Amino acid sequence: MNIKRAFRVWQRHWTVYTKLYKSSFALNFAEPVLYLTAMGFGLGAFVADIKGVPYINYIAPGIIASSAMFAAVYECTYSTYVRITFQKTFDAILATPVNIDDLIAAEMIWGATKSVIYGTTIIIVIALFGLVASPLILLAVPLLFITGLIFAEISLIFVAKAPGIDSFNYFYTLFMTPMFLFSGIFFPLDGMPEVVAKIAWFTPLYHIVNVCRSFAAGELAAPLYDILWLLAVVAILAPYPFRLMRKYIFK
Amino acid sequence: MNIVSARGLTRDYGSLRAVDAIDFDIMKGECFGFLGPNGAGKTSAMKSIYCFMCPTDGKVTVFDMDVTEHASEIKARIGVMPQENNLDPDLSVLENLVVYARYFDIPKKESLPKAWELLGFVSLKDKADVKINQLSGGMKHRLLLARSLMNNPDLLILDEPTTGLDPHSRHSVWDMLNRLKAGGMTLILTTHYMEEAEKLCDRVAIMDSGKIVAIDTPGNLMTAHGGNLEDVYLKLTGRRLEY
Repeated sequence: MNIKRAFRVWQRHWTVYTKLYKSSFALNFAEPVLYLTAMGFGLGAFVADIKGVPYINYIAPGIIASSAMFAAVYECTYSTYVRITFQKTFDAILATPVNIDDLIAAEMIWGATKSVIYGTTIIIVIALFGLVASPLILLAVPLLFITGLIFAEISLIFVAKAPGIDSFNYFYTLFMTPMFLFSGIFFPLDGMPEVVAKIAWFTPLYHIVNVCRSFAAGELAAPLYDILWLLAVVAILAPYPFRLMRKYIFK
Repeated sequence: MNIVSARGLTRDYGSLRAVDAIDFDIMKGECFGFLGPNGAGKTSAMKSIYCFMCPTDGKVTVFDMDVTEHASEIKARIGVMPQENNLDPDLSVLENLVVYARYFDIPKKESLPKAWELLGFVSLKDKADVKINQLSGGMKHRLLLARSLMNNPDLLILDEPTTGLDPHSRHSVWDMLNRLKAGGMTLILTTHYMEEAEKLCDRVAIMDSGKIVAIDTPGNLMTAHGGNLEDVYLKLTGRRLEY
């Protein structure tokens, strides 16, 4: 893998994104804001404070994490698949000095970039709503990048193994949605049967939610363990997208 | 001087042998054609040359470099015009060229004038800001040709450059390729059009079921086997070329 050549592909995605962002950006931005207002203000009016904070303040940092997840997952499942299959973008780029590993690395880094873009937008929005207690939340940004990489890795592994675009819904419904609901964004997991918390521990979203919530509250040291988890998993998964996508592209 | 040299080039897809231990050399400045029906192994042979896929067996060198070890260096000096349209639909005509040049590390101040020059060459200057899906099939072909020339390649590889084109568009592509040839560029193309091979190629390799059954100039082949290239093909393989 050559980082400069990967950057050339990243630049292509950036060029396209800056051309089209008005249409896609509004949508990705609208959904988390809808959750925040519906759950936070709507449901929040009937829910007591959780661990001493109003309900909307409780869920707001979690929305940062979930929109970072959705951004990377949609980018590296649906968009990557369209580029490979329908647009033949990979075929075109592979005829240039860019090699397959550069290309896969670029997909991952681009997915993580989208996580940072969407996560940061939510940080700004909830800060404007007055829902963030501490500027330490800015330290979450590099960790959104790491989390984006993890979700990009998982997504690319899935695309390489999936029989086709129709099966992507299984991935969204059976993997992403449960994670979204049971990662501690909307309620603390210690109120659930212990098995839920145990399963959640194996998901990346759970840990980045902890990171965002702690930083938003100004607790710097609390999520050290979650950060180590994220760093370890991003490294452990790293070889697989390359190995499986190589096989998938040259089948 | 040989630009490309292949010895025992073999390519398998699972249990299917698409290219079966072929040998060939392609010299600087010549136009070399792979002739044969669909499935004869032409495209697979070409994909090995432009490092899209590694040979299963055998050795291929391009510019005296092994394709399995120096893919990026080789690809930097090659232009590829694919059989299928793979222009970037998210970008305009001009952006397609400039973004493509970026993969070769060509800065915008060089690629922009080059892109305009090539749009002139393929008569698409007035379409510069148009989206790809608004181009006709013939225009897309010409744009693919322009894109393949963005890096000033020493070797141009064309996979069925005129398949699916109407006669007028086909002649305009032939005219452009002849001009590139006259400028000293080395060309490799695949085709199943006899007329195309006769008009453009200095030498042709006739392929059948993954093997090369003859390599020579179209003139020599026709002298040896009679009639036109169509007859040559029939005589060498016992089959007609299927369109």
